This record gives sequence, structure tokens and C-alpha cells, in this order.
Amino acid sequence: MRHWLRVCVLILALGAAAPALALQPQPPKEFVPVDEVPPGEQIPAINMVAAAYGFVWVAVLGYVWSIARRLKHVESELSDLESRRK
Amino acid sequence: MSGFFRVAWQVVRKDMTVEVRSKEIVLTTLLFAVSVVLIFSFAIVREGRAPDDVAAGILWVAISFAGTLAMGRTFERERYNDTLRALLLAPADRPAIYAGKLLGLLLLLGLVEIILVPLVALLFNAPILAFPGKLITLLIAGTLGFAAVGTLFAAMLVRVRSRDTLLPVLLYPITVPVMICGVRGTAALFQATPDEPLARLWIAILIAWDVIFVTLSLWTFEPVMTE
Amino acid sequence: MRKLTTPFIGLSAGMLFVAPWLINMAPFESTMGLVQKIFYFHFPAAILFLVSAIVCGIASIRFLFFKKASADAWAIASAELGLLFGALTLVTGPLWARKAWGVWWVWDPRLTMSLVLFLIFAAYTILRKFGGPGSDKLAAGMALFGMLNVPFIYVSVNIWRTLHPMTSVVPTLPTEFGIPLWFCFAAFTMLFIALLNLRATLALQQARIEALYLDEDEA
Repeated sequence: MRHWLRVCVLILALGAAAPALALQPQPPKEFVPVDEVPPGEQIPAINMVAAAYGFVWVAVLGYVWSIARRLKHVESELSDLESRRK
Repeated sequence: MSGFFRVAWQVVRKDMTVEVRSKEIVLTTLLFAVSVVLIFSFAIVREGRAPDDVAAGILWVAISFAGTLAMGRTFERERYNDTLRALLLAPADRPAIYAGKLLGLLLLLGLVEIILVPLVALLFNAPILAFPGKLITLLIAGTLGFAAVGTLFAAMLVRVRSRDTLLPVLLYPITVPVMICGVRGTAALFQATPDEPLARLWIAILIAWDVIFVTLSLWTFEPVMTE
Repeated sequence: MRKLTTPFIGLSAGMLFVAPWLINMAPFESTMGLVQKIFYFHFPAAILFLVSAIVCGIASIRFLFFKKASADAWAIASAELGLLFGALTLVTGPLWARKAWGVWWVWDPRLTMSLVLFLIFAAYTILRKFGGPGSDKLAAGMALFGMLNVPFIYVSVNIWRTLHPMTSVVPTLPTEFGIPLWFCFAAFTMLFIALLNLRATLALQQARIEALYLDEDEA
């Protein structure tokens, strides 16, 4: 019962935050399109796309590898411990 | 409900009695805050003059650094004397103990700010007397939001290894919204042409975050402090 | 559950291999051109970044208030995935922004709060790694506060109208853009579920090992 009371208080608190957030403290900033950026600043888009996709692949594969390694380690330790108990 | 406030008041009184006798936390925190301001002045002052519009940022950075120090110390003292366990064993509501700890910390930080704010104003030409009401509201609300989360985390960290380094690491990312509101609001009051409505808006957002942080802290204090 | 994980990973890997062809077939967006193609990976990663914060928060609530010890493993898993998907979001985003907005980074509310959420996940992981005993409840409290940022990040672009596109862009996409987008989204979601499962299994087994060591000490 007390938990529910607290949940209600929290929801009320969030509701109190809403009107404050509905106002806009910052005027929208100017948008600078790509072609207005000085030519020296421009980098070929293909590099960006390749870098983005490359990073995603490397990060995901690296994480899968790290999990697999840790799982293998933990499982061998677990079977070790369990065999020792018998 | 009156029991809640009585317990909170007892905790505040206990902390204040200890602090009045030793004055350890107030003095170290204050000196640390002044040192932070000094280091900032070395970093940004050029040709004997500070750039405009830096006072708000420096003030809040000093408050947050000094606040972390004070939080760590109040609970370190409890841990060192092993009195936190006794405090938690007392037949009192956990949220009331939390509220008392928070109020004590607010009083301490308030004392520090009474000296820190005029000092920053003096060194960085901030017009603190232009909107005293708004500035005080910002300071109280900002310190409350920061200290609410800080008290909870410092209390939880008592049982954890490497607590001194972990407190700022955990606390700063979470209190970023409060810091942003505090700095933006204060900067709106300190700038060459003060923007009152903007300051009022940031105060409103700040108070909303305060309500959220305090509610959530009161709510989580009980389960996290139970063995 | 464990048996399903391997086919899930295989399927999502297969889908992610097919994805570049689908993305390549999608038409060029008129104002941004080629660089808009980053969107097909940026959007799913960002959504799953927020989802992992919610999963972490809910698991922490179950752990903290309902005393479910196993929920802690899910919180650990989703926090680590939040770190992974947060990194994907925060790397692909600036690469796109550099071309579309001319800058790597702007301090707009959504970008700022996303960075903050990433830092919260990083602090959470550090706490779990170095906190030692007693840090699990503290971490759960941390996750609760981290979850507060999610609605803020989601609605921030609609309130402040900064450089970042609004949330209304996605449902109104034309079909040619929508097919590769939702295909990638499905692939990423399956990857997320599979990885979440694997990481939670790992955390549960680590907890079992710790319990076994404790038993041995007592014996």
C-alpha cells in the first residue's frame, strides 16, 4: 500500500515537471546546410558512412567475442568447482 | 507525521552538535571551495581581468566540488565511529533519518555558500545584489537537488570499497540536470542585461528536478540501507 | 532460454549482413545525400540505448523493492548493453552530424543528456567492477536515477527544437526508407535480446560461483 502511495507521489512529481518543460528556454538555433560549410571543412560522406558502419561492426563483434570468452571461463570454473564438491 | 519531523530534527541536532564542537567539515569544505575558486581564477584570468559571464559557472563548480567533500566527510565520520549502524538500529523511520542527514548537510553547505558567494562576486564582478530573492532561491534549490542525491549515495557508499573516488564518479552524472539549471539560471541573473523570465524558467525546472530527486531518494533510502 | 540464444544471434547476424544491401537499395535522401544512410544504424542503436536504461531500471526496482535476487543479473546485463549501444549511438551520431550540421557535436539537450546517460552507465559498470560487496544495492539506486533521463532524452527534441530531428520523423517516413529502417531495427532488437540473455546468464553463473566459494569457506 505504501509503495503505491509513493508511486503516486512520484507520478505527481513528474506531472509537476511537465509544465516547466513545456516552455522553451532556448530559441531555435540556425541550421547550417552542408553546402554552406567552407569547402576545406568538407569530408567525403562515404568515409563517414564507412566509419559509422565499420565501428558498429567492430564494436558488436568485439562485445560478442568478449562475452563468449568470459562465459567459457566462468563455465570451466563452475564445472571445476562442482567436480571438487563431489 | 510529527514523528517524522521529530526524528529528522534529532538527527540534525546530533550532527550539528558534533560539528559545532569540531568545526572540521565546515572549515575544510570552505577552504576547499576557496581553493577551487582560486585555481579557476588562474585558469581563466587574462591580463588581470576575468572574462565576463564566468562567475555563475565557477560558483556552481565550487559548490559541487565542496559539496562532494562535505558529503563524504559526514558519512566517513559516522563510519569511523561506527555510529551509522546505531543510527539505523534506532526505532525510527529510515526516511526520517535520511531527511535529517540531508537537512544537516544543507545547513553546512549553506554556511559555506554564505562566504563563497560574496567571494566569487567580489573576484569575478558578479552583481549578486541585483536579484537577491531569485539568486537565493536558485542557490537553495540547486544545493537541495545536489545534496538530496549526494546524501543518498554517500550513505550507500559507506559499505563499499574505494568510496572516496566513487562518490564523485557516481554523483556528477546524475546531478547534471540540477547543475545545468543552476548555472543557466544564475548566468541569466549575472549577465550584463539580466534576463528575469529566463531565470524564473530555470528555477521552475530546477524545482521540478528537486521534487523528483527528493521523492526518489526518500523512496530508495529504506531498501538500500536495509541489510 | 539458453538454447534460443544461438539461433537468435545467428539470425540477427544474418540480417545485419543483408542490411547493407537493403540500405544500399534505399533512395538517397534529398538534402543530406549519402550520409543519411547512417540513420539506419543510428536510430536502432539509440532506441535500444534507451531501452537498456529502462530494462536496467525495472530490473533494479525488482531487485530493490521486491527482493528478487536474480533481477540483479538482468540489471548488470542491460547496463553493459547500454554501454555498448550508447557507444554505437554516440559514435555514429557525430559522424553523421559532421556532414549534416557541419560540426561533430552540439550541446543540445538530447545530445547532452545522452552523453550523461552514457556516463551513468559507465559509472554503474565501474561501481559493479570495483565496488566489491555491498555495491549491488547502490548500483540499483544508481540505475533508478539513470532511468529518469530516458523520458527526458526522448521528448527533449520536441520541446527545444534544436538541430536534432524530432521524434515525429520516424513514423512519417516513406516506405522506401521505412523498409530498411525497420529491417535494421528488427535485427538490432534480436541482437539486443540475445546479448542480454547471454550476459545475464554470465552474471547468474558468476553469482553461483561466488555462492559455491562461500559454501567452501564455511565447510
